[in-house]
Amino acid sequence: MSVAGINVLVEETRAAQARAATPLLSIRGVSTYYGNIRALKGVDLDVNEGEIVALIGANGAGKSTLMMTIFGDPRAREGTINYAGRDITRLPTHEIARLNLAQSPEGRRIFSRMSVRENLQMGAAVNGGRHFAEDLERVCTLFPRLKERLDQRGGTMSGGEQQMLAIARALMSRPRLLLLDEPSLGLAPLIVKQIFSTVKELNQRDGLTVFIVEQNAYHALKLAHRGYVMVTGSITMSGTGQALLDDPQVKAAYLEGGNH
Amino acid sequence: MEFFAQQFINGLTLGSIYGLIAIGYTMVFGIIGMVNFAHGDVFMLSAFIALIFFLILTTWLGMTSVALVFLIVLVLAMVLTSLWGWAVERVAYRPLRGSFRLAPLISAIGVSIFLSNFVQVVQGARNKPVPPLVNDAFVLYRHEDYVVTLSYKQAIIMATTALLLAGFWYLVQKTSFGRAQRACEQDRRMAALLGINVDRTISLTFVLGAALAAVAGTLYLLYYGVVSFSDGFVPGVKAFTAAVLGGIGSLPGAVIGGLIIGLIETFWSAYFSIEYKDVAAFLILIVVLIFKPSGILGRPDVEKV
Repeated sequence: MSVAGINVLVEETRAAQARAATPLLSIRGVSTYYGNIRALKGVDLDVNEGEIVALIGANGAGKSTLMMTIFGDPRAREGTINYAGRDITRLPTHEIARLNLAQSPEGRRIFSRMSVRENLQMGAAVNGGRHFAEDLERVCTLFPRLKERLDQRGGTMSGGEQQMLAIARALMSRPRLLLLDEPSLGLAPLIVKQIFSTVKELNQRDGLTVFIVEQNAYHALKLAHRGYVMVTGSITMSGTGQALLDDPQVKAAYLEGGNH
Repeated sequence: MEFFAQQFINGLTLGSIYGLIAIGYTMVFGIIGMVNFAHGDVFMLSAFIALIFFLILTTWLGMTSVALVFLIVLVLAMVLTSLWGWAVERVAYRPLRGSFRLAPLISAIGVSIFLSNFVQVVQGARNKPVPPLVNDAFVLYRHEDYVVTLSYKQAIIMATTALLLAGFWYLVQKTSFGRAQRACEQDRRMAALLGINVDRTISLTFVLGAALAAVAGTLYLLYYGVVSFSDGFVPGVKAFTAAVLGGIGSLPGAVIGGLIIGLIETFWSAYFSIEYKDVAAFLILIVVLIFKPSGILGRPDVEKV
């Protein structure tokens, strides 16, 4: 092999290494404001391909704001957000949504006057109706409850069913990265367990990358490979899920007497 | 009885025109929760556009095929009026989105005044006539001296309204654009999270509303044979009444409301006093707002915006 050939090989290997090392989602120094109130104060956070990353923190810490800031609504005033090697900080929300990342937002935001099927069709809107039947089949296998209720109006379903629908709707776009905001909120423990095990299955079987925001710190850290702790708009701690679970500070603030 | 039947047909015709205008109000209100007070003037403007093309085609170009002239005029009026509808939204409403709730409403009143004055300045303040195009009528019933007729014009107006209502209902309920539109109605932020271009969806809603107003304007011109710059306001407010009566946000509601307003107005003129026909129509608005604010087919859950 010639020297030039070897050089090309070396270059290619380096590029591959760089690709592997670049996180799928990379947030650097992001600050978001509501009027003059600084809701996020220079947040740094990475989500690598294939990981489940959990963000825990108290009510009002800014977790959901971060989720929405990733989608440009509200827009980050400082810092950058990179997704799949592309700067998405200034992209309009609907264009971010077309980049294979999907969100099941805080409060589920089901279209209550649409049927379950129509909600799922909305989730598939970015694909323009391609492979809809196949994707519908797939999410109905994950959440059999939805299959029975395809023609029911979204607003008439129970909280747990709405949460399943919100996740299913996000999955309809065939995302590479799924953002889950408080999927356990207001749900019975059994349903929470079911939803978390589905997320785990999606991650292990399909290699779906998941970024999850939770108040339910114990379950979230159990599920996640890595976790971050957010306090009033700043990341104060990070580590593997287990390390955070064992950390005395995390234990005191989020786990002792918690809802696990 | 013959008199009643004839008035019924006249009322349905007038009501169809109101219904077509009302769809524009109802769609815009549905998606951004705003009463587009300029919509009546967009309707008037479209009648003028239709008038100009009628005259160009018949007088200058000497076209004689009535059906062809009508179709060309209709299409041109729809296209040009849609452009106006799009421009109005772009210039007067979009910059105010996210502002306080009254801002776009005030802006809409401004656009309404602008449009009627603009037409007055460029077209003059007098009534503008078109030569009658279609004069034939079906005789439905003849009894001694009295004949009940359905003129071709009336038939065209009712058939067009029915066809457009069916088409729009299909568009909103069954197509992906309609779904996106309903999604924006319910939760604009979530729609954007799912990749829907909300601004474009709203623009298209205005364009569609204006296109329907243009159909109404062309039919109005065909029916009455005359239009004036001030013809936007009163039909506009009546169509708005129709939209409220039918249940704002509902397409079939808008047309049903339009038909009811048209019938009430016609019967009131026929049996009581023609001077008070507008009073009768607006009395309905007051009664509906007091006793059934959600209208005939409206949703009871008014949790808008």
